[in-house]
Amino acid sequence: MKHRLLFTGKKLIRMLLLLLGVSLAAFLLMSASPLDPLQTNVGQAALGTMSQEQIDRLEDYWGVNDPPLQRYLGWLGDFVRGDMGTSLLYRQPVTQVIGQRLQNSLWLMAFAWLFSGLLGLALGLLAGANRGGLGDRIIRGYCLLVSSTPTFWLALVLLMVFAVWLKVLPAGLAVPVGVDAASVTLADRVRHAILPALTLSITGVPNIALHTREKLIDILESDYVLFARARGERPAAILLRHGLRNVALPAITLQFAAISEIFGGSVLVEQVFSYPGLGQTAVNAGLGSDLPLLLGITVVSAAIVFCGNLIADLLYGVVDPRIRRGAARA
Amino acid sequence: METILQVRDLSISFTQYDRGTRRRELPVIRRLSLTVEAGQVVAVVGSSGSGKSLLAHGILGILPYNSRMEGEIRYRGQPLTPRRAEKLRGREIVLVPQGVTYLDPLMQVGPQLRMGRRDARARGESRRVLERYGLGPETERRYPFELSGGMARRVLIAAAAMQSPRLLIADEPTPGLDARAAGRILGHFRELAQEGAGVLLITHDLALALTVAHQVAVFYAGETVEVASAADFPAGRLRHPYTRALWNALPQNGFTPMPGAQPGPGEEGTGCPFAPRCPRRGPECAEEIPLRPLAGGLVRCLRPEGGDGL
Repeated sequence: MKHRLLFTGKKLIRMLLLLLGVSLAAFLLMSASPLDPLQTNVGQAALGTMSQEQIDRLEDYWGVNDPPLQRYLGWLGDFVRGDMGTSLLYRQPVTQVIGQRLQNSLWLMAFAWLFSGLLGLALGLLAGANRGGLGDRIIRGYCLLVSSTPTFWLALVLLMVFAVWLKVLPAGLAVPVGVDAASVTLADRVRHAILPALTLSITGVPNIALHTREKLIDILESDYVLFARARGERPAAILLRHGLRNVALPAITLQFAAISEIFGGSVLVEQVFSYPGLGQTAVNAGLGSDLPLLLGITVVSAAIVFCGNLIADLLYGVVDPRIRRGAARA
Repeated sequence: METILQVRDLSISFTQYDRGTRRRELPVIRRLSLTVEAGQVVAVVGSSGSGKSLLAHGILGILPYNSRMEGEIRYRGQPLTPRRAEKLRGREIVLVPQGVTYLDPLMQVGPQLRMGRRDARARGESRRVLERYGLGPETERRYPFELSGGMARRVLIAAAAMQSPRLLIADEPTPGLDARAAGRILGHFRELAQEGAGVLLITHDLALALTVAHQVAVFYAGETVEVASAADFPAGRLRHPYTRALWNALPQNGFTPMPGAQPGPGEEGTGCPFAPRCPRRGPECAEEIPLRPLAGGLVRCLRPEGGDGL
């Protein structure tokens, strides 16, 4: 137990260092960006009508001319106190914007994460167990096809089929257009989330399926499976008793590593479907030179991805007897 | 005495693809013959790379899918067809593999011994068989990584003995063990033979094999070159020049090394594969050489030692 706590503590310290590095990198990239925050946020026309004095006051107010280090430290100081600043685009506290968008995205990503994980695992097991057979060839072909398909293109195809031709699902946004916010039903929300979630799920499957297949093939070629066969265990029993057991550990790693991929995919997918989630907001913040919002999103998503990996590491300690018992003895 | 296993002219080859599309058959075992009687320990001795493990897999019917087996295997008088092998393996015909990697790393020893059975009888059996090999009941709850090398071997033997086997195939069961532990493991095999099983001991260690075996089949480049009784070795009644060289290479017999190396699969050429290294070779050694009886054993040589060479 003590060992586990120490392990978790070390990981958390590493997470803090990582977040510090990520925020600094994002900040430096934004400072190097050619977008002028004044121009993008006030607007070309409005800027033209302002007097130089007004512009100077605004620059002064926003701290445009402060040295970058001072601006970063200022942001960091506030961040530590729980204040992520105010979004320039949304004129709301960053925490509030992220909270709202994350809520929209979370369901989307959670569904895609679970669905692609389960389907990927099932397809991978099926392909690995029938290696070289027809099923394996079909699954592998499908996986290669999907992984070489750009996410946004797949999103457009689904949009065309289900929203334009079949007209069974909405083409975009998270709620129906022209409806009072109070009268939006859960069913409406679900209907709007189906296409983006489906796109994300489909693109997440091949990675997990192909990795699971490789792992299962390794296991089926292992000494212990050979011995199980020599002892007269049936192929189905071998798959259930030894295959699943030994595929569980790499599956945990894969599943939690997939969080980062889902996050990355959601940026593109939400853009295509104009879905007001975290991904789309990140794009807006980047293009709109909304530094506080972008930094906030970067740090929050890095933290989520890191926590995913941390959970995988901790689960390993619970599931793998070599770590669980080995650590207990040490 | 009942003949448990009879292997005649067994060949095992692999289909390989080299450089893309060119298929070729790679013979790993060629013309292997041996017989195991009930109550007997027969050692198959050959250096590594001579295809010894494949012999075990071939008998059990668990060769990889890209391999082909020819020749005859008879088990207790009847041909051992793939279907029959499938029924018998793990029951009458059991394998004792090399070491701990043959145990599922994520499964405790007890369930692994019982192979999914959970009834009280299975529990009793696994406990008894572990006890027989000096392992306490706490061993059941251990994972393979918690076993020492010697314990792992004993668990593997326990797994075999749990089935009351008639034919036990041990594939290199002792590497990594010190002489005393290895001797104890081999003693267990002898014990199982005394209870009436036939034991086929596959090893590269001639000295160790001689401590336990009744008969020794010597393997060279996938062929049986000689079958001799264990007593023939110290008595100097060896037939094949390779067996002689193997014997002389033992530390206690002069440690004489033999120049050259065993040809790999597919490199044997025609005739005797040992001819290039043989001090007694002649022009006729380039022809097919039959395995023939000589002085109570078998030899595949035209100019055998102590024989009436041509």
